[in-house]
This record gives sequence, structure tokens and C-alpha cells, in this order.
Amino acid sequence: MAIFSVYVVNKAGGLIYQLDHYAPRADTEKTFSFPLDLVLRPHDERVVVAFGQRDGIRVGHAVLAINGAEVNGRFTADGKDVLEFLSNPANYPVSIRFGRHRLSSNEKLMLASMFHSLFAIGSQLSPEVGSSGIEMLETDTFKLHCFQTLTGIKFMVLADPRQTGIDALLRKIYEIYSDFALKNPFYSLEMPIRCELFDQNLKLALEVAEKAGPFGPGS
Amino acid sequence: SGAQGGFCWVSSFSCVQNSELFTLTYGALVTQLCKDYENDDDVNKQLDKMGYNIGVRLIEDFLARSNVGRCHDFRETADVIAKIAFKMYLGITPSITNWSPGGDEFSLILENNPLVDFVELPDNHSTLIYSNLLCGVLRGALEMVQMAVDVKFVQDTLKGDSVTEIRMKFIRRIEDNLPAGEE
Repeated sequence: MAIFSVYVVNKAGGLIYQLDHYAPRADTEKTFSFPLDLVLRPHDERVVVAFGQRDGIRVGHAVLAINGAEVNGRFTADGKDVLEFLSNPANYPVSIRFGRHRLSSNEKLMLASMFHSLFAIGSQLSPEVGSSGIEMLETDTFKLHCFQTLTGIKFMVLADPRQTGIDALLRKIYEIYSDFALKNPFYSLEMPIRCELFDQNLKLALEVAEKAGPFGPGS
Repeated sequence: SGAQGGFCWVSSFSCVQNSELFTLTYGALVTQLCKDYENDDDVNKQLDKMGYNIGVRLIEDFLARSNVGRCHDFRETADVIAKIAFKMYLGITPSITNWSPGGDEFSLILENNPLVDFVELPDNHSTLIYSNLLCGVLRGALEMVQMAVDVKFVQDTLKGDSVTEIRMKFIRRIEDNLPAGEE
């Protein structure tokens, strides 16, 4: 899957639609006996591996579940502090599931809002008048493409750095938005998009764009 | 009708097999409003409001399909409205006339108006602006691209005038919530 995610941000910077289009990397679940040979530490609202990598468990992975029950941030499903629980030999052997923490919807909302503010920096820094905002953000694992309409809505696509045809895809997503969101009279402007037809048609457009591939003609 | 990279010259309106349904639907809307509200003025306001709600949505469809860029003066706006937008949605191309000396007002002259095919205004609705929906649509659409405008009918074939004339006046640029790069 070369197209990872789609974000739609309204004029005020609020995230109104988000889709993840990639298969999450597999989590690792293992049974441990006391003492734990990994070093864990709290980080934001989670417990992460600080040191000790083995068998697919990497530094930075978060504790996702204990004994099959998903953790709730830094607490187990039944409310005990995870680090305290794991420092007590009586609780062993214990089965812990580690994996890359997936962004929660609140985190995505915050990041989208942050990008909205950052986007404007592109035009402010420019030596030319009337420059656009940020159109692309590149890292070693993905490229974020952003298209802002004349009305101020932003469509963002995160894709593999080698994926081509994203400009055409962004315009296609604008068309899909103007059809399946805006032409639905029950959809209110600027509000989160919860339209099935929008979802379906968007996923179809992503698949078409991916099939065109990095070496195919731009779709 | 889809736009393939450019804009679609065949208007979506003429692609409709039977535009009579469109005319009838609009007519049903207006007559129902006349029943619901007791005076023409309220009906006119409702039509404008409904048009506004259509305009704020239609603008995105227009921009997505026509690929026009931002207009930098009111003359460009007039051209885009008459030659691309009206053609796309109603299948007609009004002419642009009567520019004010300051370049902030112009008229659209419609030789024919698809909304009023077969319509005759009765005497008890002499102040009804039958096609007022269009004013709301234009106002709503332009507001979304940061232009505050005033739109009104100054001549109407339904009222015995020889042409239908829509007057558009530029009021101001909407400065709050400007998209980045437009400051």
C-alpha cells in the first residue's frame, strides 16, 4: 500500500475527515518471567520501551495490552498502574503485547490543527508575494502532499516517497468531496464528514492511484 | 458530464434528459413557499437564503471541475461567472454590460432564463422575485472565495421587461479567515 493516509481539514483548521489506508505493522506479544529484561518508562500517556530490543520488540514500542486486555494509557484494563504492576514479581509470568502506538483521534485532531497553522508559514517565508502555503512535507518514510482550495479547505495525502500521481489524486479527492459530501443535503459544511458514499469513492480513488504505481503514468 | 483536466463545455444542465423536471421542481418550490409564507417579501428572502446554501456548496463543485484560478479583479470574476459558471449550470451565457465607472458594478443580461420557462406571474404576486434563488447562489458562492457582493434582479421578463437583468455589486473583500497565501 503506497498511499498511507488522507486528511481533510476545514477552513478553521479542524480535522473533518481522516482515513488510514495501510495495514498496521504486526504487534508482538510475548510471555515474560520476572524480572523483565526490557526497560520501560512512561512517555506522555503511555508506557514505552526505553531500552532492550529483541524478538520484534523495538525501542519506542508502547505497551498495548497485558494478559490479553488492552491497556488504558498508563493503566491496565482494571485500573492498576502498569509500571507498578510489572514491578511486582507476584504478577508474573505475564503476557505483554508491544507495538507502535497508533495515533488516537485526538492526537490526529491536534496534529491536523498544528499543520494548518504551520501551512501558513510557507507563504509567510516566501520572498515572493502571493506564494502558496506548504505543498509538500518530506521525511525518509513518507511524503505529505497538501492541496488548499480557493475556499480554504485542505486535502492532505501521506504517501510513499516514490508514489507519483498525487496531484491528480488530490484534485480527484476534491471532486469526491464536492459530490458526496457537499451534495448530500444532510451534511453540514465544516463538520466531520460521515458519508458512506464519500468513504467508498475515496477508497476507490486511492486504489486507482496506487495501481498506477510509481513507474506508471500519472493517473 | 465529467471534466477531463479542463472544463466541460457541455453544460451539466443540457445533459439532463428532461429539463422540464428541473423547471417544474423549481416552480413547485416557489409555489409551496408562497403558500407557507404570507407575503412576497418573505418568499423572496427564503429564496435568497436557500440560494445562499446552494451557492456555498456549488462553488466547490465549480472549482473542482472548472479548475479556474483565483480572480484578481471584478472583471475577471464577471467573465468567469457569465462564460463558465452560467454555461456549466444553466446552459446559458449571459452578456456582461453596464459597468460602473469604478469597475465595482456590472449587469448580467439573460436573454432567456431556464427557471421561468412556462411561468407567468399572477397579479397578486407582483413583488415576487421568482428567480431570487439565483441571487443567493451567486452571493453564497462568491462569499466562499472571500468576496462580499450584492446581487439583485433589476429587470425581469416575468414582469414585462424585455430582458432579465441581474445587477452585481462588489462590496468588499472578506478578510477574516483568509486561506494562507492570500493575505
